[in-house]
Amino acid sequence: MTIDSVRGAPDTPELDRPELIQLLTPEGERVEHPDYPLDLSAEDVRDLYRDLVIVRRIDLEAVALTRQGELGLWASLLGQEAAQIGSGRALNDHDMAFPTYREHGVAYCRNVEPLTLLGLFRGVSHGGWDPKEHGFHLYTVVIGSQTLHATGYAMGIQRDGVLGTPSAAATIAYFGDGATSQGDVNEAFVFASVSNAPIVFFCQNNQWAISEPLERQTRIPLYKRAQGFGFPGLRVDGNDVFACLAVTRKALENARTGQGPTLIEAFTYRMGAHTTTDDPTRYRLKAEEESWKLKDPIERVKAYLVRNDLADAGFFEKVEDVATQMAKELREGCRSMPDPEPLAMFENVYADEHPMMTEEQEQFAAYLASFEEPASGEEAK
Amino acid sequence: MSTLTLGKALNEGLRKAMENDPKVLVMGEDVGKLGGVFRITDGLQKDFGEERVIDTPLAESGIVGTAIGLALRGYRPVVEIQFDGFVFPAADQIITQLAKMRMRSLGKLSLPVVIRIPCGGGIGAVEHHSESPEAYFTHTAGLRVVACSNPVDAFAMIQQSIASPDPVIFFEPKRRYWEKAEVDTDSADWAPLHSAQVVRPGEHVTVLAYGPAVKTCLEAASAAAEEGRSLEVIDLRSLNPLDIETVTKSVNRTGRCVVVHEAPVFNGYGAELAARITEKCFYRLESPVLRVGGFSAPYPPSRNEDHYLPDLDRILDAADRTFAW
Repeated sequence: MTIDSVRGAPDTPELDRPELIQLLTPEGERVEHPDYPLDLSAEDVRDLYRDLVIVRRIDLEAVALTRQGELGLWASLLGQEAAQIGSGRALNDHDMAFPTYREHGVAYCRNVEPLTLLGLFRGVSHGGWDPKEHGFHLYTVVIGSQTLHATGYAMGIQRDGVLGTPSAAATIAYFGDGATSQGDVNEAFVFASVSNAPIVFFCQNNQWAISEPLERQTRIPLYKRAQGFGFPGLRVDGNDVFACLAVTRKALENARTGQGPTLIEAFTYRMGAHTTTDDPTRYRLKAEEESWKLKDPIERVKAYLVRNDLADAGFFEKVEDVATQMAKELREGCRSMPDPEPLAMFENVYADEHPMMTEEQEQFAAYLASFEEPASGEEAK
Repeated sequence: MSTLTLGKALNEGLRKAMENDPKVLVMGEDVGKLGGVFRITDGLQKDFGEERVIDTPLAESGIVGTAIGLALRGYRPVVEIQFDGFVFPAADQIITQLAKMRMRSLGKLSLPVVIRIPCGGGIGAVEHHSESPEAYFTHTAGLRVVACSNPVDAFAMIQQSIASPDPVIFFEPKRRYWEKAEVDTDSADWAPLHSAQVVRPGEHVTVLAYGPAVKTCLEAASAAAEEGRSLEVIDLRSLNPLDIETVTKSVNRTGRCVVVHEAPVFNGYGAELAARITEKCFYRLESPVLRVGGFSAPYPPSRNEDHYLPDLDRILDAADRTFAW
């Protein structure tokens, strides 16, 4: 081995030659994989389809509400539904997920109210759901930080001595392709590796970090990074809900039985803008988006259901109705969401008393009260 | 009662906390077999095992980030940052995550994480080993920041910090690690963590300090007494929250105040003290609040540190100047 033989020529990146694990083709054909058998009933597949449609509708509704000025911002998951539903449905009750700010599909799987997510983007709270109740940590906005929290949590699971028992748990850390350049993500890989921690690193490679293409982050396929850290890494078709489910299940099971971390690179595409303030026409070609439309994560499940006679027109209509009703409730709920009380900003900063902050709070309360109209009776006096 | 150095008092305090609560963990670089570069965790791994005293990979953000995760799982990690100047790679995890996660969760999460930082100069060290970064952390809402100055407080305050449900930045005066005092390790009759203490009563000038500067101020007060000037020295102990009542009670009596810290004066913790004292003691002040501290220059090479650090003469000079108004 020499430096020159190891260094790849710059014009032949391996990025476009994914060694992809796929169980359902874009045309809806089931493919078997010897390492990832997946036994799904017709009802299981219909449930997955319903999940996919609902989270896409939640997402579209949130984008619309942002356009209408009801939300300050929204980070759309459009195109990444299969990666999120597949991995989210692989989790059990004991597991703990650590999301970015785009994991609305995983949040749905973990029973976090979509309206609560909207509240965050509307600006009424910074999150506020109970991570312990849902097995779903708060959204993390700064890129990659949560991978270390997930690793530490996994180190805690190890110390609880539950691995390999019925109450075994694992963590799953979500992050994107851009995050793989962050120091925290690389440190998380190191800590997880040397601790052999029960964690699955789930990277949704959606090809774009705002305006920067994958080539700005890496010269090798992301899943291959794992090898250098000393644990398995693999690439899965991120638009294939079956493959995402099967591979994540296996990785989680490995983690829960003490076999250590896995990196899963879910190869997918961000069909929309980075957030509602972004304009992808400035940096990418429409043709690229069009080519990914052909790999749509929902259409292939629908094709599979139809092709195998597992669902009729009535089923698809009913799913649409459920999604539409949900969107309506979301819209109404969002519009009627009250602003927080001004003094709420002082709440929950500290668990124990903090006299300095209490003093500020009291002064501010008195200041606000000074603007209140005196009651008419008092005025007469 | 036992005679303990400040370093040993911390060690005994950590040991007590680990004995009292199996969820307490110690983690950091070289804290296990070596016992830390200052031996503050000496013997803990031997007695509590590698699962509770964790030699971490060499990555400060990773240490604090995983400590947050461990806390989310119900543990109480005590993190050692090896030197003050090494805390900055972890600043993001401390400021952006640790400090804010409780509010982000609307109070559903608690982060009982203690971050121990040996701080300050005076040991002839190379660059990045003598800094006083407290103001970066006192400026961050959601954190509690304390600084011990002597063995008695070290023993008590480390245990109180570990018991706190909030994250605590715990500054240790590294050049005082070898100072000795009698410590009652069987007692838990301690002053509240966030209280300031009058460590030398006096009449003419209030001198405020914390951490390594407290001893220097006490020496200055002894020297001043020989010249007939009586300095009241207050060890603030807690920087966030600040025990402002103890401070204003003293300044309202003396009418004069000098603040001493090793960190640069500009935008340093003393600026906050001066502002608060001016607001609360305006009509009792006989002179402006004066500050003695590091200069607006990076910490110098150690052969020059004696000129950079506030010493007895600069403190006495400031005390004299409060009488010039």
